[in-house]
Amino acid sequence: MSETATPSQTKTGNRSSLAQELLVPVLAVVTGLIIGAIVIVASGANVFDAYGALFTGSFGSPIRLIEGLQVYFSTGETKELLRAIYPFTESLVTATPYIFAGLSVALGFRAGLFNIGAEGQFFIGALCSAFVGYSVKGLPMIIHLPLAILAGALGGALWGMIPGYLKAKFGAHEVVNTIMMNWIAFRLSDWLLNGPMKASGFRPVTPNVLPTAELPRFFDDPLRFNLGFFLALLVAYLVYWFLFKTTTGFEIRSVGANPDAAKYAGMSIVKNLVLVMALAGGLAGMAGSAQVLGVDHWVGQGFSAGYGFDAIALALLGKSHPFGVVLSALLFGFLRSGATNMQSRAGIPIDIISIIQGLVIVFIAAPAIIRWFYRIRSIKTEETVLTRGWGK
Amino acid sequence: MTTTTMELSTSAEKRKRISYGMTLLVAGLLIYLLFGLTTQAGVSTTFGLNLAGSQAIEVSDFVVPAQLTVNLMAAIAAFAGAYQLAKGIRSTGWLIGILAVTFVIAFLTWAAQDKSFNLTGMLGSSLVRATPIALAALCGVISERSAVINIGIEGIMLMSAQTAVVTATVSGNLYVGLIAAILVGALVAAFHAYLVIRFKVDQVVSGVAINIFGTGFTSFISSRFLQKATDTLNNSGTFPIISIPGLSKIPILGPVLFENNIVIYLMILLVVVMHIMLFYTPWGLRTRAVGEHPKAADTLGINVYLVRYVNVILGGMIAGLGGAYFTIGSVGRFDEIMTAGKGFIGLAAMIFGKWNPIGAFTSSLIFGFADSLQVKLQILRVPIPSEFLLMAPYIVTMIILTGVVGRAIPPAADGQPYEK
Repeated sequence: MSETATPSQTKTGNRSSLAQELLVPVLAVVTGLIIGAIVIVASGANVFDAYGALFTGSFGSPIRLIEGLQVYFSTGETKELLRAIYPFTESLVTATPYIFAGLSVALGFRAGLFNIGAEGQFFIGALCSAFVGYSVKGLPMIIHLPLAILAGALGGALWGMIPGYLKAKFGAHEVVNTIMMNWIAFRLSDWLLNGPMKASGFRPVTPNVLPTAELPRFFDDPLRFNLGFFLALLVAYLVYWFLFKTTTGFEIRSVGANPDAAKYAGMSIVKNLVLVMALAGGLAGMAGSAQVLGVDHWVGQGFSAGYGFDAIALALLGKSHPFGVVLSALLFGFLRSGATNMQSRAGIPIDIISIIQGLVIVFIAAPAIIRWFYRIRSIKTEETVLTRGWGK
Repeated sequence: MTTTTMELSTSAEKRKRISYGMTLLVAGLLIYLLFGLTTQAGVSTTFGLNLAGSQAIEVSDFVVPAQLTVNLMAAIAAFAGAYQLAKGIRSTGWLIGILAVTFVIAFLTWAAQDKSFNLTGMLGSSLVRATPIALAALCGVISERSAVINIGIEGIMLMSAQTAVVTATVSGNLYVGLIAAILVGALVAAFHAYLVIRFKVDQVVSGVAINIFGTGFTSFISSRFLQKATDTLNNSGTFPIISIPGLSKIPILGPVLFENNIVIYLMILLVVVMHIMLFYTPWGLRTRAVGEHPKAADTLGINVYLVRYVNVILGGMIAGLGGAYFTIGSVGRFDEIMTAGKGFIGLAAMIFGKWNPIGAFTSSLIFGFADSLQVKLQILRVPIPSEFLLMAPYIVTMIILTGVVGRAIPPAADGQPYEK
């Protein structure tokens, strides 16, 4: 959190504190991977095969890349090259919804709210985008695509706003309520996918969205790299600008840092909590939009599985800063994308990533463990208030 | 000063009285419109009171005329609403009770018109379904009374559930599985306690980490080992039903309360024991002191950290028992993410029960009832999509949390780390 540094700090002071800030997250991830390796060894698999597959699955094989470049320069044939960069672009594709979802949770943390409901908001957003994407016909892309994204954002915003309102008005804890909203979203989607939104055929999935609602892709199939990634980066910058350069952003951070003081300063707690949860829901909804419009083009059951908890890990890892979230989303994108390869090549279930994530969260939340383990001197950093007890 | 506060409170009370009265009136109207008008005339509803295969003495089933019953319920709700508006019934509990009872009876009568609905079976399955929720809630009560929030119950239950079934299958003894599950619960809870007490980690964050880790770890083990070797690792069988001699002969209550397996008996026992322990023993007094005002407790020579460690670990053992219920207590095998949010619903039950063991148990029963109701309704082919019925427990949780039943006040120091 370099932005929390006081203005009087010198440039070098800032730089060294940034290095200090990065040290614990990096060591947390490294330690998580080491313990993950121990789990892999304990489960009777070869850790070098596993992590090798993880690497080639996330970045691609360097040998193939060189070969691809050779072929491209000698013959102008791009097929080999595209195949070589496929894993890398696929990792960016995986990172895209993570950026949105991580921003959603990070924004909540900034206001002292714990949004565990990103998963439900993601699903609702995806369903809304899909609905606009396949049902509204005859629009040009320039209108249809933004409309589909907006629908996803609004759907997610509604899903986030309900717990926000209940928290602000009645003090009902958002942790329980967002989880309940998740389950309601899953049941609702079960019904929608088996009924009103079901495509013709046997499977409970929505119809494909129309080409005018698809996020444009940069390469031919099977490369799915699309505009969504850059949209995510843009939104991350907007969230940064909103949080740190606008009055409302300042109010939100004040409410998060000290609600009593914010109240005395005349800031409306109710307004800010509802606003933050709506925005957080909207961001998670856009994660769903990006996934359905950019990658899958249809929504099926279990579409959002795991994104909610991943998003929490992302926000913690990124220290609730939009740019930190982008970096950690890229990390998770590479991990997840590589883990798929690890599952098929080395037979390691993809759930190993959840184990590593759980550990990383513990290490980030308890930096003392990492400091003790690596014998790092403790430095005094400003702590972000993450959550409070029940409805206080 | 005093007069203004009094005026404020009376106007607030008046508003409350009117809103409750209106709610009941609207409920009466809704019952009439939704169920009364759609119930066929001259048809009766049968409420079965006997359970097939139980030892209870048989009693005759309870048959009511459907339309008359539904309309009667509408009238009772409306009358109670009108009375509340005019005179005011003081007790909120009664109002909620009338609302719930009239609505549920009308709904069941409507849903089962011209058919038979087994009430005893329904109550029995409510208790069974309430068991994991109640155990999660008791885990919450015991740790939060010492001011440690444990939101990782879901993860603890998953890990215990898996441990239980694997150890029971390998050892061939269900009780070994039960003990292993309780030990795993204690171990994970001890880790949580260590993080939040020693390192002052945010309690909710630590709990979430436990949930993520628990979900990932159990799914990892499940897809790497259990799915390939179901018979040798993931097939334990379940605890037998134990009928308590004599008591199980009582009609209705017998099959509901006294023909269950050991986990359910242990759960009921725990509710009673924890109530006595919390409110009638020095340990309970210390726990509550630590939860309300740790500084004062510390001054009086109570070891705040020790009390918290002990309570969180005891809570973990209870959650471990809850985890064991999922596998060796009900289906005899482990499925990925089989807890399906029960740990969180347990936390809602704890809040609804105002951090009291008996309150937590009662509210778990309500969730259990809502849960088993949707199953029965699917069997009755009620013209409501089953997905919406499945939402019911979650919606009930949210409504409860909004404080319809009056604001629930947690222990004063709940969620705060203690620094000497």
